[in-house]
Amino acid sequence: MMRGVVDPGDNPSAHAVVSGSAVLVVAFVALNLLAQYFGKLRHTGGLDHYATLPVPPASVVLGTAAAYASFTVPGVFVTAAAGSWMFDLPMGRLWILLAVIPLAGAALAGLGAALGLLAPRQELATLAGQLGMSAALLLGVLPASRLPVPVQWLRDLLPSSYGVDAFALTFAPQPDWARVLLDLGVCGAVGLGSLTLATWAYRRAAR
Amino acid sequence: MSKAPQGCCTVSGLVKTYRAGGTEVRANDGIDLAVRRGEIFGLLGPNGAGKSTLVRQLTGLLRPDAGSIDLLGHDIVRHPERAARLLGYLGQESTALDELTVALAAETTGRLRGLTRRQARTETVDVITELGLEPLAHRPLAKLSGGQRRLACFAATLVGDRPLLVLDEPTTGMDPVARRAVWSAVDRRRAERGTTVLLVTHNVIEAETVLDRVAVVDGGKVIACDTPGGLKALVDGHVRLDLVWRHDAPTEVPAVAALADRAERTGRRWTLRTTPDEARELVAAVTTGPAFAALDDFTLATPTLEDAYLRLGGRHGGLAR
Ligand SMILES: Nc1ncnc2c1ncn2[C@@H]1O[C@H](COP(=O)(O)OP(=O)(O)OP(=O)(O)O)[C@@H](O)[C@H]1O
Ligand SMILES: [Mg+2]
Repeated sequence: MMRGVVDPGDNPSAHAVVSGSAVLVVAFVALNLLAQYFGKLRHTGGLDHYATLPVPPASVVLGTAAAYASFTVPGVFVTAAAGSWMFDLPMGRLWILLAVIPLAGAALAGLGAALGLLAPRQELATLAGQLGMSAALLLGVLPASRLPVPVQWLRDLLPSSYGVDAFALTFAPQPDWARVLLDLGVCGAVGLGSLTLATWAYRRAAR
Repeated sequence: MSKAPQGCCTVSGLVKTYRAGGTEVRANDGIDLAVRRGEIFGLLGPNGAGKSTLVRQLTGLLRPDAGSIDLLGHDIVRHPERAARLLGYLGQESTALDELTVALAAETTGRLRGLTRRQARTETVDVITELGLEPLAHRPLAKLSGGQRRLACFAATLVGDRPLLVLDEPTTGMDPVARRAVWSAVDRRRAERGTTVLLVTHNVIEAETVLDRVAVVDGGKVIACDTPGGLKALVDGHVRLDLVWRHDAPTEVPAVAALADRAERTGRRWTLRTTPDEARELVAAVTTGPAFAALDDFTLATPTLEDAYLRLGGRHGGLAR
Protein backbone atom coordinates (compact mmCIF):
# COMPACT_ATOMS: atom_id res chain seq x y z
CA MET A 1 0.00 0.00 0.00
CA MET A 2 2.76 2.38 0.97
CA ARG A 3 4.81 1.45 -2.05
CA GLY A 4 2.84 3.97 -4.08
CA VAL A 5 3.81 6.76 -1.73
CA VAL A 6 7.32 5.81 -0.82
CA ASP A 7 10.12 4.81 -3.16
CA PRO A 8 11.41 1.32 -2.52
CA GLY A 9 15.02 0.81 -1.62
CA ASP A 10 17.34 2.13 0.97
CA ASN A 11 16.02 5.61 1.82
CA PRO A 12 14.79 7.31 5.01
CA SER A 13 11.14 7.24 3.97
CA ALA A 14 11.17 3.50 3.47
CA HIS A 15 12.90 3.09 6.85
CA ALA A 16 10.21 5.17 8.49
CA VAL A 17 7.34 3.30 6.88
CA VAL A 18 8.62 -0.16 7.77
CA SER A 19 9.59 0.85 11.25
CA GLY A 20 6.30 2.74 11.79
CA SER A 21 4.15 -0.18 10.67
CA ALA A 22 6.00 -2.61 12.92
CA VAL A 23 5.59 -0.38 15.97
CA LEU A 24 1.98 0.17 14.96
CA VAL A 25 1.26 -3.44 15.83
CA VAL A 26 2.44 -2.68 19.36
CA ALA A 27 0.40 0.52 19.41
CA PHE A 28 -2.75 -1.30 18.37
CA VAL A 29 -2.57 -3.76 21.22
CA ALA A 30 -1.08 -1.50 23.84
CA LEU A 31 -3.23 1.55 23.28
CA ASN A 32 -6.44 0.31 21.78
CA LEU A 33 -6.93 -3.09 23.37
CA LEU A 34 -5.53 -2.14 26.75
CA ALA A 35 -7.63 1.02 26.99
CA GLN A 36 -10.68 -1.10 26.19
CA TYR A 37 -9.67 -3.80 28.64
CA PHE A 38 -9.11 -1.44 31.56
CA GLY A 39 -12.17 0.62 30.65
CA LYS A 40 -14.30 -2.49 30.83
CA LEU A 41 -12.59 -3.69 33.99
CA ARG A 42 -13.24 -0.44 35.76
CA HIS A 43 -16.83 -0.01 34.68
CA THR A 44 -17.97 -3.55 35.33
CA GLY A 45 -16.47 -3.86 38.80
CA GLY A 46 -13.64 -6.10 37.62
CA LEU A 47 -10.97 -4.09 39.42
CA ASP A 48 -12.34 -5.34 42.72
CA HIS A 49 -10.90 -8.76 42.10
CA TYR A 50 -7.35 -7.46 41.84
CA ALA A 51 -7.86 -4.86 44.54
CA THR A 52 -8.66 -7.64 47.02
CA LEU A 53 -5.50 -9.58 46.19
CA PRO A 54 -2.22 -8.70 47.94
CA VAL A 55 -0.52 -7.22 44.89
CA PRO A 56 0.67 -3.65 44.37
CA PRO A 57 -1.28 -1.69 41.71
CA ALA A 58 1.88 -1.25 39.63
CA SER A 59 2.25 -4.98 39.16
CA VAL A 60 -1.36 -5.38 38.03
CA VAL A 61 -0.83 -2.70 35.40
CA LEU A 62 2.62 -3.99 34.46
CA GLY A 63 1.57 -7.63 34.38
CA THR A 64 -1.41 -6.95 32.16
CA ALA A 65 0.61 -4.68 29.92
CA ALA A 66 3.38 -7.27 29.63
CA ALA A 67 0.89 -10.02 28.83
CA TYR A 68 -0.69 -7.91 26.10
CA ALA A 69 2.66 -6.73 24.74
CA SER A 70 3.95 -10.30 24.50
CA PHE A 71 1.06 -11.18 22.17
CA THR A 72 2.42 -8.62 19.75
CA VAL A 73 5.94 -10.05 19.37
CA PRO A 74 5.19 -12.38 16.43
CA GLY A 75 3.05 -9.73 14.70
CA VAL A 76 5.76 -7.11 14.99
CA PHE A 77 8.43 -9.42 13.57
CA VAL A 78 6.23 -10.54 10.69
CA THR A 79 5.34 -6.93 9.84
CA ALA A 80 8.96 -5.79 10.06
CA ALA A 81 10.25 -8.70 7.98
CA ALA A 82 7.55 -8.30 5.32
CA GLY A 83 8.17 -4.57 5.16
CA SER A 84 11.93 -5.02 4.88
CA TRP A 85 11.42 -7.50 2.08
CA MET A 86 9.03 -5.20 0.19
CA PHE A 87 11.40 -2.26 0.41
CA ASP A 88 14.60 -4.26 -0.01
CA LEU A 89 15.90 -3.31 3.42
CA PRO A 90 18.49 -5.30 5.40
CA MET A 91 16.99 -7.69 7.93
CA GLY A 92 20.19 -8.28 9.89
CA ARG A 93 19.29 -5.90 12.69
CA LEU A 94 15.68 -6.80 13.33
CA TRP A 95 16.83 -8.04 16.75
CA ILE A 96 16.61 -4.41 17.86
CA LEU A 97 12.88 -5.06 18.00
CA LEU A 98 13.47 -7.08 21.14
CA ALA A 99 14.37 -3.77 22.79
CA VAL A 100 11.86 -1.66 20.88
CA ILE A 101 8.82 -3.82 21.71
CA PRO A 102 9.14 -3.74 25.51
CA LEU A 103 10.14 -0.08 25.64
CA ALA A 104 7.58 1.26 23.18
CA GLY A 105 5.15 -1.30 24.57
CA ALA A 106 5.60 -0.04 28.13
CA ALA A 107 5.17 3.57 27.07
CA LEU A 108 2.04 2.91 25.02
CA ALA A 109 0.58 0.34 27.39
CA GLY A 110 0.88 2.75 30.28
CA LEU A 111 -0.88 5.38 28.22
CA GLY A 112 -3.56 2.93 27.11
CA ALA A 113 -4.16 1.69 30.64
CA ALA A 114 -4.34 5.24 31.97
CA LEU A 115 -6.84 6.24 29.27
CA GLY A 116 -8.99 3.22 30.08
CA LEU A 117 -8.85 3.79 33.82
CA LEU A 118 -9.45 7.53 33.74
CA ALA A 119 -12.27 7.59 31.20
CA PRO A 120 -15.51 8.46 32.97
CA ARG A 121 -17.44 6.06 30.74
CA GLN A 122 -16.57 2.75 29.14
CA GLU A 123 -17.33 3.96 25.60
CA LEU A 124 -15.05 6.95 26.14
CA ALA A 125 -12.23 4.59 27.07
CA THR A 126 -12.69 2.72 23.80
CA LEU A 127 -12.88 5.96 21.86
CA ALA A 128 -9.75 7.37 23.52
CA GLY A 129 -7.86 4.18 22.74
CA GLN A 130 -8.89 4.37 19.12
CA LEU A 131 -7.93 8.01 18.82
CA GLY A 132 -4.52 7.23 20.30
CA MET A 133 -4.22 4.41 17.82
CA SER A 134 -5.06 6.69 14.90
CA ALA A 135 -2.49 9.19 16.11
CA ALA A 136 0.11 6.42 16.27
CA LEU A 137 -0.88 5.35 12.77
CA LEU A 138 -0.65 8.78 11.20
CA LEU A 139 2.31 10.10 13.09
CA GLY A 140 4.26 6.87 13.21
CA VAL A 141 3.99 5.56 9.68
CA LEU A 142 4.43 8.77 7.72
CA PRO A 143 8.07 9.86 7.50
CA ALA A 144 8.67 12.62 10.02
CA SER A 145 10.60 14.80 7.60
CA ARG A 146 7.53 15.14 5.36
CA LEU A 147 5.17 16.29 8.09
CA PRO A 148 4.35 19.97 8.73
CA VAL A 149 6.22 21.40 11.70
CA PRO A 150 3.29 21.58 14.22
CA VAL A 151 2.48 17.96 13.43
CA GLN A 152 6.12 17.08 14.04
CA TRP A 153 5.83 18.53 17.53
CA LEU A 154 2.78 16.35 18.10
CA ARG A 155 4.80 13.44 16.86
CA ASP A 156 7.50 14.22 19.40
CA LEU A 157 4.91 13.97 22.15
CA LEU A 158 3.86 10.47 21.20
CA PRO A 159 6.01 7.95 23.05
CA SER A 160 5.99 5.43 20.22
CA SER A 161 7.75 7.88 17.89
CA TYR A 162 11.03 7.29 19.69
CA GLY A 163 10.67 3.57 19.23
CA VAL A 164 9.93 4.12 15.53
CA ASP A 165 12.97 6.38 15.16
CA ALA A 166 15.29 4.01 16.97
CA PHE A 167 14.19 1.13 14.79
CA ALA A 168 14.35 3.21 11.59
CA LEU A 169 17.94 4.25 12.35
CA THR A 170 19.11 0.65 12.38
CA PHE A 171 18.34 0.28 8.68
CA ALA A 172 21.21 2.62 7.84
CA PRO A 173 24.36 0.86 6.61
CA GLN A 174 26.32 2.33 9.54
CA PRO A 175 23.70 2.92 12.27
CA ASP A 176 24.29 5.80 14.63
CA TRP A 177 24.12 3.62 17.75
CA ALA A 178 24.38 6.56 20.08
CA ARG A 179 21.18 8.02 18.68
CA VAL A 180 19.48 4.64 18.72
CA LEU A 181 20.31 4.33 22.39
CA LEU A 182 19.19 7.87 23.06
CA ASP A 183 15.84 7.23 21.37
CA LEU A 184 15.40 4.00 23.26
CA GLY A 185 16.33 5.81 26.45
CA VAL A 186 13.68 8.46 25.86
CA CYS A 187 11.19 5.71 25.07
CA GLY A 188 12.04 3.95 28.32
CA ALA A 189 11.79 7.14 30.34
CA VAL A 190 8.41 7.96 28.82
CA GLY A 191 7.40 4.36 29.50
CA LEU A 192 8.31 4.73 33.15
CA GLY A 193 6.33 7.95 33.28
CA SER A 194 3.28 6.54 31.60
CA LEU A 195 3.29 3.41 33.78
CA THR A 196 3.48 5.63 36.84
CA LEU A 197 0.51 7.56 35.51
CA ALA A 198 -1.36 4.30 34.90
CA THR A 199 -0.59 3.10 38.42
CA TRP A 200 -1.89 6.32 39.85
CA ALA A 201 -5.01 6.01 37.67
CA TYR A 202 -5.47 2.44 38.89
CA ARG A 203 -5.27 3.46 42.54
CA ARG A 204 -7.75 6.22 41.89
CA ALA A 205 -10.15 3.92 40.03
CA ALA A 206 -9.95 1.11 42.59
CA ARG A 207 -11.02 3.41 45.41
CA MET B 1 -3.90 -7.96 69.86
CA SER B 2 -7.59 -8.45 69.27
CA LYS B 3 -9.96 -7.65 72.12
CA ALA B 4 -12.07 -10.79 71.68
CA PRO B 5 -9.83 -13.77 70.88
CA GLN B 6 -12.76 -15.67 69.42
CA GLY B 7 -13.75 -12.83 67.08
CA CYS B 8 -12.96 -12.94 63.41
CA CYS B 9 -14.66 -9.82 62.23
CA THR B 10 -16.01 -7.06 64.42
CA VAL B 11 -17.78 -4.07 62.98
CA SER B 12 -19.16 -1.20 64.97
CA GLY B 13 -21.00 1.98 64.14
CA LEU B 14 -20.33 1.62 60.44
CA VAL B 15 -21.73 4.45 58.32
CA LYS B 16 -21.39 4.84 54.57
CA THR B 17 -23.13 7.45 52.47
CA TYR B 18 -22.97 7.57 48.68
CA ARG B 19 -23.08 10.98 47.07
CA ALA B 20 -24.06 10.85 43.44
CA GLY B 21 -25.13 14.06 41.74
CA GLY B 22 -27.22 16.03 44.20
CA THR B 23 -28.64 13.02 46.06
CA GLU B 24 -27.29 11.22 49.09
CA VAL B 25 -27.91 7.58 49.90
CA ARG B 26 -27.10 6.40 53.41
CA ALA B 27 -26.36 2.81 52.43
CA ASN B 28 -25.01 1.78 55.86
CA ASP B 29 -26.52 3.58 58.80
CA GLY B 30 -24.71 2.47 61.96
CA ILE B 31 -24.01 -1.23 61.52
CA ASP B 32 -22.74 -3.38 64.41
CA LEU B 33 -21.71 -6.95 63.78
CA ALA B 34 -19.54 -9.61 65.43
CA VAL B 35 -18.65 -12.70 63.44
CA ARG B 36 -16.92 -15.48 65.40
CA ARG B 37 -14.09 -17.63 64.12
CA GLY B 38 -15.18 -20.70 62.23
CA GLU B 39 -18.70 -19.40 61.83
CA ILE B 40 -20.77 -19.39 58.64
CA PHE B 41 -22.46 -16.05 58.95
CA GLY B 42 -25.10 -14.75 56.57
CA LEU B 43 -26.36 -11.31 55.62
CA LEU B 44 -29.95 -11.40 54.50
CA GLY B 45 -32.01 -8.47 53.30
CA PRO B 46 -33.90 -6.92 50.42
CA ASN B 47 -32.35 -5.29 47.35
CA GLY B 48 -30.62 -2.07 48.19
CA ALA B 49 -30.47 -2.89 51.92
CA GLY B 50 -26.74 -2.14 52.01
CA LYS B 51 -25.30 -5.68 52.15
CA SER B 52 -22.77 -5.28 49.35
CA THR B 53 -21.79 -1.88 50.69
CA LEU B 54 -21.07 -3.52 54.04
CA VAL B 55 -18.92 -6.32 52.66
CA ARG B 56 -17.06 -3.98 50.32
CA GLN B 57 -15.96 -2.01 53.35
CA LEU B 58 -14.78 -5.17 55.11
CA THR B 59 -12.66 -6.08 52.10
CA GLY B 60 -10.99 -2.67 52.11
CA LEU B 61 -12.55 -1.69 48.78
CA LEU B 62 -14.64 1.12 50.21
CA ARG B 63 -13.72 3.53 52.95
CA PRO B 64 -16.35 3.97 55.65
CA ASP B 65 -17.46 7.48 56.61
CA ALA B 66 -17.49 6.45 60.27
CA GLY B 67 -17.13 3.36 62.42
CA SER B 68 -14.53 0.67 62.91
CA ILE B 69 -13.71 -2.68 61.33
CA ASP B 70 -11.51 -5.26 62.99
CA LEU B 71 -10.47 -8.35 61.01
CA LEU B 72 -8.48 -10.88 63.06
CA GLY B 73 -6.94 -8.07 65.08
CA HIS B 74 -6.26 -5.73 62.17
CA ASP B 75 -7.82 -2.28 61.88
CA ILE B 76 -9.13 -2.30 58.31
CA VAL B 77 -10.29 1.31 58.33
CA ARG B 78 -6.75 2.47 59.00
CA HIS B 79 -5.03 -0.25 56.94
CA PRO B 80 -7.43 -1.29 54.17
CA GLU B 81 -4.59 -2.97 52.25
CA ARG B 82 -4.28 -5.63 54.96
CA ALA B 83 -7.66 -7.10 54.11
CA ALA B 84 -6.21 -8.65 50.95
CA ARG B 85 -3.95 -10.90 53.04
CA LEU B 86 -6.71 -11.99 55.39
CA LEU B 87 -9.63 -12.79 53.16
CA GLY B 88 -10.75 -14.23 49.87
CA TYR B 89 -13.49 -12.17 48.25
CA LEU B 90 -16.07 -13.11 45.66
CA GLY B 91 -17.79 -9.95 44.47
CA GLN B 92 -21.41 -9.74 43.41
CA GLU B 93 -20.21 -9.28 39.84
CA SER B 94 -16.84 -10.31 38.60
CA THR B 95 -15.54 -9.70 35.12
CA ALA B 96 -11.86 -9.46 35.97
CA LEU B 97 -11.11 -13.00 34.88
CA ASP B 98 -13.22 -13.07 31.71
CA GLU B 99 -10.29 -13.37 29.33
CA LEU B 100 -8.71 -16.32 31.14
CA THR B 101 -9.59 -20.00 31.13
CA VAL B 102 -11.10 -21.45 34.29
CA ALA B 103 -7.84 -23.18 35.25
CA LEU B 104 -5.71 -20.13 34.50
CA ALA B 105 -8.07 -17.81 36.40
CA ALA B 106 -7.75 -19.96 39.50
CA GLU B 107 -4.01 -20.42 39.12
CA THR B 108 -3.34 -16.73 38.50
CA THR B 109 -5.41 -15.75 41.51
CA GLY B 110 -3.44 -18.23 43.62
CA ARG B 111 -0.14 -16.84 42.35
CA LEU B 112 -1.26 -13.30 43.15
CA ARG B 113 -2.12 -14.54 46.65
CA GLY B 114 1.52 -15.50 47.01
CA LEU B 115 1.52 -19.21 46.12
CA THR B 116 4.42 -20.69 44.19
CA ARG B 117 3.64 -21.87 40.67
CA ARG B 118 3.62 -25.48 41.81
CA GLN B 119 1.34 -24.80 44.80
CA ALA B 120 -1.02 -22.76 42.64
CA ARG B 121 -1.20 -25.57 40.05
CA THR B 122 -1.87 -28.24 42.67
CA GLU B 123 -4.54 -26.21 44.45
CA THR B 124 -6.18 -25.30 41.15
CA VAL B 125 -6.47 -28.94 40.12
CA ASP B 126 -7.88 -29.84 43.55
CA VAL B 127 -10.46 -27.05 43.57
CA ILE B 128 -11.53 -27.73 39.98
CA THR B 129 -12.08 -31.39 40.84
CA GLU B 130 -13.84 -30.54 44.09
CA LEU B 131 -16.32 -28.29 42.30
CA GLY B 132 -16.81 -30.58 39.30
CA LEU B 133 -15.39 -28.01 36.88
CA GLU B 134 -13.09 -30.43 35.00
CA PRO B 135 -15.04 -30.32 31.71
CA LEU B 136 -14.80 -26.51 31.68
CA ALA B 137 -11.24 -26.13 32.95
CA HIS B 138 -9.76 -25.06 29.64
CA ARG B 139 -12.52 -22.78 28.43
CA PRO B 140 -12.37 -19.00 28.82
CA LEU B 141 -14.76 -17.58 31.39
CA ALA B 142 -16.29 -15.17 28.90
CA LYS B 143 -17.59 -18.16 26.93
CA LEU B 144 -19.33 -19.86 29.87
CA SER B 145 -22.94 -19.62 31.02
CA GLY B 146 -23.79 -17.33 33.93
CA GLY B 147 -23.90 -20.10 36.53
CA GLN B 148 -20.75 -21.78 35.21
CA ARG B 149 -18.87 -18.50 35.32
CA ARG B 150 -20.01 -17.87 38.87
CA LEU B 151 -18.75 -21.30 39.91
CA ALA B 152 -15.43 -20.64 38.18
CA CYS B 153 -15.04 -17.32 40.04
CA PHE B 154 -15.86 -19.13 43.26
CA ALA B 155 -13.10 -21.64 42.43
CA ALA B 156 -10.63 -18.76 42.01
CA THR B 157 -11.71 -17.35 45.38
CA LEU B 158 -10.80 -20.64 47.09
CA VAL B 159 -7.25 -20.99 45.72
CA GLY B 160 -4.69 -19.73 48.24
CA ASP B 161 -6.00 -20.52 51.68
CA ARG B 162 -7.51 -17.63 53.62
CA PRO B 163 -8.87 -17.62 57.18
CA LEU B 164 -11.93 -15.64 56.05
CA LEU B 165 -14.07 -15.94 52.93
CA VAL B 166 -16.37 -13.07 52.00
CA LEU B 167 -18.89 -14.13 49.38
CA ASP B 168 -21.45 -11.76 47.88
CA GLU B 169 -24.35 -13.89 46.63
CA PRO B 170 -22.12 -16.84 45.70
CA THR B 171 -24.79 -19.14 44.28
CA THR B 172 -26.72 -16.65 42.14
CA GLY B 173 -27.61 -18.23 38.82
CA MET B 174 -26.41 -21.71 39.80
CA ASP B 175 -28.26 -24.97 39.36
CA PRO B 176 -28.85 -27.24 42.40
CA VAL B 177 -25.77 -29.38 41.70
CA ALA B 178 -23.48 -26.36 41.54
CA ARG B 179 -25.06 -24.88 44.66
CA ARG B 180 -24.48 -28.06 46.56
CA ALA B 181 -20.84 -28.09 45.40
CA VAL B 182 -20.42 -24.55 46.76
CA TRP B 183 -21.96 -25.33 50.14
CA SER B 184 -19.98 -28.51 50.64
CA ALA B 185 -16.77 -26.71 49.67
CA VAL B 186 -17.58 -24.02 52.23
CA ASP B 187 -18.42 -26.61 54.88
CA ARG B 188 -15.29 -28.62 54.23
CA ARG B 189 -13.06 -25.58 54.68
CA ARG B 190 -14.74 -24.71 57.93
CA ALA B 191 -14.43 -28.28 59.21
CA GLU B 192 -10.84 -28.86 58.11
CA ARG B 193 -9.25 -25.45 58.52
CA GLY B 194 -11.63 -23.50 60.73
CA THR B 195 -12.33 -21.04 57.91
CA THR B 196 -14.82 -18.30 58.75
CA VAL B 197 -17.36 -17.48 56.04
CA LEU B 198 -19.34 -14.27 55.72
CA LEU B 199 -21.84 -14.40 52.91
CA VAL B 200 -24.63 -12.37 51.42
CA THR B 201 -27.67 -14.26 50.23
CA HIS B 202 -31.23 -13.76 49.12
CA ASN B 203 -32.17 -17.35 49.32
CA VAL B 204 -33.77 -17.93 52.70
CA ILE B 205 -34.20 -21.66 52.20
CA GLU B 206 -30.48 -22.00 51.55
CA ALA B 207 -29.70 -19.63 54.38
CA GLU B 208 -31.67 -21.79 56.76
CA THR B 209 -29.72 -24.92 55.94
CA VAL B 210 -26.16 -23.55 55.75
CA LEU B 211 -25.86 -20.63 58.10
CA ASP B 212 -24.88 -20.69 61.75
CA ARG B 213 -26.13 -17.17 62.28
CA VAL B 214 -27.92 -14.56 60.21
CA ALA B 215 -28.04 -10.79 60.36
CA VAL B 216 -31.09 -9.31 58.70
CA VAL B 217 -30.17 -5.99 57.09
CA ASP B 218 -32.79 -3.49 56.01
CA GLY B 219 -32.45 0.18 55.17
CA GLY B 220 -28.75 0.19 56.09
CA LYS B 221 -29.34 -1.21 59.59
CA VAL B 222 -29.13 -4.64 61.20
CA ILE B 223 -32.71 -5.26 62.31
CA ALA B 224 -32.08 -8.72 63.78
CA CYS B 225 -29.16 -11.05 64.37
CA ASP B 226 -29.56 -14.63 65.57
CA THR B 227 -29.39 -18.28 64.57
CA PRO B 228 -31.95 -19.30 61.93
CA GLY B 229 -33.73 -21.22 64.74
CA GLY B 230 -33.67 -18.17 66.99
CA LEU B 231 -35.18 -16.00 64.28
CA LYS B 232 -37.85 -18.57 63.60
CA ALA B 233 -38.80 -18.50 67.27
CA LEU B 234 -40.12 -15.00 66.53
CA VAL B 235 -42.97 -16.64 64.68
CA ASP B 236 -43.28 -19.61 67.01
CA GLY B 237 -46.75 -20.99 67.45
CA HIS B 238 -47.72 -19.90 63.95
CA VAL B 239 -48.13 -21.96 60.85
CA ARG B 240 -48.33 -21.04 57.21
CA LEU B 241 -51.18 -22.11 55.00
CA ASP B 242 -50.79 -21.85 51.24
CA LEU B 243 -53.86 -22.20 49.03
CA VAL B 244 -53.53 -22.39 45.26
CA TRP B 245 -56.72 -21.90 43.27
CA ARG B 246 -57.38 -23.43 39.87
CA HIS B 247 -58.72 -20.14 38.49
CA ASP B 248 -60.22 -17.25 40.45
CA ALA B 249 -60.74 -17.75 44.16
CA PRO B 250 -64.33 -18.86 45.01
CA THR B 251 -65.18 -15.72 46.96
CA GLU B 252 -68.88 -16.71 46.99
CA VAL B 253 -67.94 -19.19 49.75
CA PRO B 254 -68.15 -17.17 53.01
CA ALA B 255 -65.10 -18.79 54.61
CA VAL B 256 -63.03 -17.87 51.54
CA ALA B 257 -64.47 -14.37 51.32
CA ALA B 258 -63.43 -13.82 54.95
CA LEU B 259 -59.84 -14.64 54.04
CA ALA B 260 -59.68 -12.35 51.03
CA ASP B 261 -58.37 -9.36 52.97
CA ARG B 262 -55.93 -11.23 55.19
CA ALA B 263 -54.26 -13.42 52.61
CA GLU B 264 -51.11 -12.34 50.93
CA ARG B 265 -51.72 -12.97 47.24
CA THR B 266 -49.21 -14.00 44.60
CA GLY B 267 -51.06 -14.85 41.40
CA ARG B 268 -53.35 -17.76 42.18
CA ARG B 269 -51.59 -18.44 45.49
CA TRP B 270 -52.93 -17.17 48.78
CA THR B 271 -50.66 -17.31 51.82
CA LEU B 272 -51.90 -17.03 55.40
CA ARG B 273 -49.99 -16.98 58.66
CA THR B 274 -52.13 -18.13 61.52
CA THR B 275 -52.50 -20.31 64.63
CA PRO B 276 -52.61 -24.11 64.21
CA ASP B 277 -56.25 -24.20 65.42
CA GLU B 278 -57.51 -21.69 62.93
CA ALA B 279 -55.49 -23.35 60.18
CA ARG B 280 -57.20 -26.65 60.92
CA GLU B 281 -60.64 -25.00 60.60
CA LEU B 282 -59.63 -23.30 57.37
CA VAL B 283 -58.34 -26.52 55.87
CA ALA B 284 -61.65 -28.20 56.76
CA ALA B 285 -63.57 -25.33 55.14
CA VAL B 286 -61.64 -25.33 51.87
CA THR B 287 -61.48 -29.09 51.46
CA THR B 288 -65.27 -29.44 51.21
CA GLY B 289 -67.93 -28.26 48.75
CA PRO B 290 -67.42 -25.58 46.10
CA ALA B 291 -64.20 -24.29 47.65
CA PHE B 292 -62.60 -27.72 47.23
CA ALA B 293 -63.69 -27.86 43.60
CA ALA B 294 -61.85 -24.59 42.99
CA LEU B 295 -58.76 -25.64 44.93
CA ASP B 296 -55.71 -26.78 42.99
CA ASP B 297 -53.36 -27.44 45.90
CA PHE B 298 -52.78 -26.54 49.52
CA THR B 299 -49.88 -26.85 51.96
CA LEU B 300 -49.69 -26.39 55.68
CA ALA B 301 -46.20 -25.78 57.00
CA THR B 302 -44.35 -24.78 60.14
CA PRO B 303 -42.72 -21.37 59.85
CA THR B 304 -39.55 -20.91 57.84
CA LEU B 305 -36.84 -18.30 58.08
CA GLU B 306 -38.72 -16.44 55.38
CA ASP B 307 -41.75 -16.09 57.64
CA ALA B 308 -39.50 -14.77 60.38
CA TYR B 309 -37.95 -12.36 57.92
CA LEU B 310 -41.33 -11.06 56.82
CA ARG B 311 -42.42 -10.76 60.41
CA LEU B 312 -39.37 -8.58 61.05
CA GLY B 313 -40.69 -6.15 58.51
CA GLY B 314 -38.26 -6.89 55.71
CA ARG B 315 -39.68 -5.95 52.36
CA HIS B 316 -41.33 -8.84 50.63
CA GLY B 317 -40.05 -8.20 47.12
CA GLY B 318 -36.39 -8.68 47.93
CA LEU B 319 -36.34 -12.37 48.76
CA ALA B 320 -36.19 -15.36 46.49
CA ARG B 321 -38.33 -18.32 47.43
N1 LIG C 1 -21.68 3.29 43.78
C1 LIG C 1 -22.85 3.73 44.26
N2 LIG C 1 -23.20 5.02 44.13
C2 LIG C 1 -24.35 5.49 44.63
N3 LIG C 1 -25.25 4.74 45.29
C3 LIG C 1 -24.96 3.45 45.48
C4 LIG C 1 -23.76 2.87 44.96
N4 LIG C 1 -23.75 1.56 45.28
C5 LIG C 1 -24.89 1.33 45.96
N5 LIG C 1 -25.64 2.45 46.08
C6 LIG C 1 -26.91 2.57 46.80
O1 LIG C 1 -26.70 2.16 48.14
C7 LIG C 1 -27.76 1.35 48.60
C8 LIG C 1 -27.23 0.01 49.07
O2 LIG C 1 -26.67 -0.68 47.96
P1 LIG C 1 -26.03 -2.13 48.09
O3 LIG C 1 -25.42 -2.45 46.80
O4 LIG C 1 -25.17 -2.15 49.30
O5 LIG C 1 -27.32 -3.03 48.34
P2 LIG C 1 -27.46 -4.60 48.48
O6 LIG C 1 -28.04 -4.86 49.82
O7 LIG C 1 -26.19 -5.26 48.17
O8 LIG C 1 -28.55 -4.94 47.37
P3 LIG C 1 -28.71 -6.20 46.37
O9 LIG C 1 -29.41 -7.25 47.15
O10 LIG C 1 -29.56 -5.69 45.27
O11 LIG C 1 -27.34 -6.60 45.92
C9 LIG C 1 -28.76 1.27 47.46
O12 LIG C 1 -29.77 2.22 47.69
C10 LIG C 1 -27.96 1.63 46.24
O13 LIG C 1 -28.77 2.26 45.30
MG1 LIG D 1 -25.54 -6.51 46.67
